[in-house]
Amino acid sequence: MRYLPLTDADRSAMLATIGASSIDDLFVDVPEAARLDGPIEGLPLHLSEMAVERHMRQLAARNIAAGDGPFFLGAGAYRHHVPASVDHLIQRGEFLTAYTPYQPEIAQGTLQMLFEFQTQVARLYGCAVANASMYDGSTACWEAIGMAGRITRRNLALLHDGLHPHYVSVIRTMARFTGDSIADRAPSLDAQADDATLLADIAANRPSCVVVQYPDILGRIPDLPRIAEAAHAAGALLIVVNTEPVALGALAAPGDLGADIVVGEGQALGVGLQFGGPYLGLFAVRDPKHVRQMPGRLCGETVDAEGKRGFVLTLSTREQHIRREKATSNICTNSGLCALAFSIHLTLLGEKGLRALAAENHRLACRAADELGAVPGVRVINQTFFNEFTLEVPGDARELVRRLADKGVLAGVSLGRLYPDEPQLARGMVVAVTETTSEDDIAAFAAALKEELA
Amino acid sequence: MARYFTDEHEWIEIDGDTATVGITDYAQSQLGDIVFVEVPDEGAQLTKGGDAAVVESVKAASDVYSPVTGTVIEGNQQLEEDPALVNTAPEGEGWFFKLTIADASELEGLMDEAGYKDFVAGL
Amino acid sequence: MSAPNASGWKPTAPQANDEAGPATTTGNRALMLEEKLIFEIGGSETTGVDLPEPRGDAPHRLGAQLRTGEIGLPGLSEPEAVRHYTRLSRQNYAIDLGLFPLGSCTMKHNPRLNEKVARMPGFLDCHPLAPVHTVQGALAVIHELGEWLKALTGMPAVAMSPKAGAHGELCGILAIRAALEARGDARQVILCPESAHGTNPATAAFAGYKVEDIPATAEGRVDLAALKARLGPDVAGVMITNPNTCGLFERDFREIADAVHAAGGLVYCDGANFNAIVGRVRPGDLGVDAMHINLHKTFSTPHGGGGPGSGPVVFSEALAPFAPLPFVEKLASGEYRLVEEETAEDHHARSFGRMTAFHGQMGMFTRALTYILSHGADGLRQVAEDAVLNANYILRSLDDVLDAPFGLSGPCMHEALFSDKGFAGGLTTLDLAKGMIDEGFHPMTMYFPLVVHGAMLVEPTETESKAALDQFVTAMRSLAERARAGDETLKQAPYYAPRRRLDETLAARKPVLAWHAPAAPAGMPTLSEQGGS
Repeated sequence: MRYLPLTDADRSAMLATIGASSIDDLFVDVPEAARLDGPIEGLPLHLSEMAVERHMRQLAARNIAAGDGPFFLGAGAYRHHVPASVDHLIQRGEFLTAYTPYQPEIAQGTLQMLFEFQTQVARLYGCAVANASMYDGSTACWEAIGMAGRITRRNLALLHDGLHPHYVSVIRTMARFTGDSIADRAPSLDAQADDATLLADIAANRPSCVVVQYPDILGRIPDLPRIAEAAHAAGALLIVVNTEPVALGALAAPGDLGADIVVGEGQALGVGLQFGGPYLGLFAVRDPKHVRQMPGRLCGETVDAEGKRGFVLTLSTREQHIRREKATSNICTNSGLCALAFSIHLTLLGEKGLRALAAENHRLACRAADELGAVPGVRVINQTFFNEFTLEVPGDARELVRRLADKGVLAGVSLGRLYPDEPQLARGMVVAVTETTSEDDIAAFAAALKEELA
Repeated sequence: MARYFTDEHEWIEIDGDTATVGITDYAQSQLGDIVFVEVPDEGAQLTKGGDAAVVESVKAASDVYSPVTGTVIEGNQQLEEDPALVNTAPEGEGWFFKLTIADASELEGLMDEAGYKDFVAGL
Repeated sequence: MSAPNASGWKPTAPQANDEAGPATTTGNRALMLEEKLIFEIGGSETTGVDLPEPRGDAPHRLGAQLRTGEIGLPGLSEPEAVRHYTRLSRQNYAIDLGLFPLGSCTMKHNPRLNEKVARMPGFLDCHPLAPVHTVQGALAVIHELGEWLKALTGMPAVAMSPKAGAHGELCGILAIRAALEARGDARQVILCPESAHGTNPATAAFAGYKVEDIPATAEGRVDLAALKARLGPDVAGVMITNPNTCGLFERDFREIADAVHAAGGLVYCDGANFNAIVGRVRPGDLGVDAMHINLHKTFSTPHGGGGPGSGPVVFSEALAPFAPLPFVEKLASGEYRLVEEETAEDHHARSFGRMTAFHGQMGMFTRALTYILSHGADGLRQVAEDAVLNANYILRSLDDVLDAPFGLSGPCMHEALFSDKGFAGGLTTLDLAKGMIDEGFHPMTMYFPLVVHGAMLVEPTETESKAALDQFVTAMRSLAERARAGDETLKQAPYYAPRRRLDETLAARKPVLAWHAPAAPAGMPTLSEQGGS
């Protein structure tokens, strides 16, 4: 077995040192009835590297990948070009095969990277402090609601109607067990979200927080300052959720528009699509005094015994391994390697590159909106968008998406799939356009759509 | 003024119907460098033996219990700025909170200084 | 004689010298290179990507909330970026560099085939919301890995979506609560041993349960009699790690499970240490109702400096109907179906809901499945045997110089537990750990489990050779002897790492959690004014 260095001679010698006559002696504490006396039957035995690779390649071949044709899927996971050096660097063994930096003297690489990451995220979000990352955007969003409850000592979260429905599902699942109250509504295919109802709900209740996605699930850009003002007037915190960090190269930072907690999905930078995971939860707070209520790891600056600058994990008394049942969260890991990929990608972009990337995404998205909106029977519902917008098509968009896939065009995410219980949304389809989308891809999509609807 | 001690290593100093509470020198020495203290807000209602404050070192967080039932008059705001006061002056400037005592009879059963010294020696 | 040495190069044998060399101008020490922060070396005009220059006057549909002013993100060109991150990487210890005996964390070799497979475009560039008929390979991976996990644990159902071990624990406890609620049973207490991972009580508390400790016996196992005495109609269940955090197999697990079931409760097994028993014991045979499996531990997906993890949960028949969405089903036709909100209603109405936006850690599934197929049923069994053999070898090679508090409790499983008993001169577990750094090893887990004073938990894993273990034992014996002799020099260790001991008190008292430009002296350019670096 190529991964196991012990030889049979080693094993015998080691058993002799231990004073055991066979390996079975070391498993004597397993009750006899539960002991397996050989490999579990019916399961395959070990395989060569070549044989495993062949099997996995066959499975991979059964997927249509983003690069296989025109591709317009988004709705919380975005395809961007990741520079080659990102993947090369994250595969350095010292990053890939290190553990959580519990021994800071020999983990400064990971710790300095996390400190840089935290600073990059805080700046992108317009916040004072960001943590060292969470599992993904949806779980970070739930953690933010829990945190708002601890700060305000209230337990009603009001969700904007443009929040990703899977995020809403996660929140509802968790709230069912924690006893928090959640008020949410599905969106409608209108140019603007129904802010009037939300503002009335804020004023009429005592919410702990208002949760708004920016840009929202339909690609619309909500009026954050107005919602922030209403939330703050009601003594509530504004939680802003961002699923596409590239948008923040063109749009104002949520923290600068009144958000108290900003969370998001960082997958779009450096991480790749990977069928939904591992992704990267981003989490930041505008007011540094809220740091002690934050979940997740934090890396901080300090000095060593010789006075040299160094970094450590800090404020860990918030965490489960010390606080146990009184911890701010049960989270144990962060998403370290994904945070590294995000940070490298953002460093390669820099201020200039991120702005150029955002501009290019928006330019192509405008072009796609114009071309697709010109297809007879198709309407772009958005007045505002960044790199994603919603089409209203004649008939059930779910079916249309399937038929377009058969034509080789991965055309978008149907709202019927995201909102199976909302028939009024069945004609909707969310379309994402990034720098990886060519003008030919847009033309091919428009042509296929025209053909299908003819 | 009389000073009493609990077996959870809090001290309480009585001045009429008000009292000042902190943690003992022994407690701070067990915790190591204190990095954060959370004291109760003015007006908080505390019960004897209930959670009153939190004290943290780098690797540990401990709850501080109220030795008696009462209403908080003042939390020591200085500790927010300078938690190290708990290390340097645990039984002086590093006090945690002051409260009005609801029931003076609750002081019965607490240890005096000599009693606490014996108690610590036995640990 | 002709010019004897025109070059002037006079090789001489180096002289031994105990003193450190002179300080260098740069602060670098040969291969030990100091590296500044990106904010100190990057510029706002520097970039490592080529993108079209945006037109300032281009029409837009972004609405009114436009980004104005500087974000403050420094950029590096590719050569600068590669050098920055390469230099940072060299300040890390890693399993690729040497033995990393961090108990309860399982730092084993990460096969590189797994990395190659995870990067196949069919897996890497696959969108989670792509039409289901276009991602049959991805669903096949999830299903095939799930089948392996079920077979290896002897459990009938699996939830693949939890994102990490602690998320898996939450999944298991939520399923337990959902099942109890479904039968109208409002039990309020979860019992956990004191030696449990901190995530166990944190998870139970999050799910709304009151947590009570289960006492342990002197030999480091659950006290069965005490546990039985505590069971009653208020106890929702137990959370027990097996093998436990003292490195011992819970001999009475089956009896514990039977007693909990008889009292109407359910049994959560923390499967963090499944790597010790995979292929030798099926938790399903021990009466478990739910157990998470850390794919990064047992099935060697890389730890990546602190994640991502992946924590699938196997379920008994009793809990299977409550498993979270989404999950994958194989149809009779051989096609795979994704059961999510759109498709669940008809036959999975009792699911407790969704735990994450998408389907779980697919990138970890491909790696774990690759690992499992490489080992096969025979190789996985050998993994457990070698992991346990290596740990016992270390236990018996050190128990004369280090106190092994449960050394008489039978063989250990995959990790060996020691304490600081016998250290002299005020030396602590921390000092010994820092001494290990100078010897070229990553320290073991320190001060966990909490039930042992100055605990040192050593987990060598099965991917270490006997030669590597012997080298480790030699170093540990020397350190243990120094600690018992009260060697003062250990208090200052490490001496040879990129940094000496760091001031964690300062970091916590005055948190600096993001970089801020130091106030620039008059006349000095700011970051943005410096432009390209």
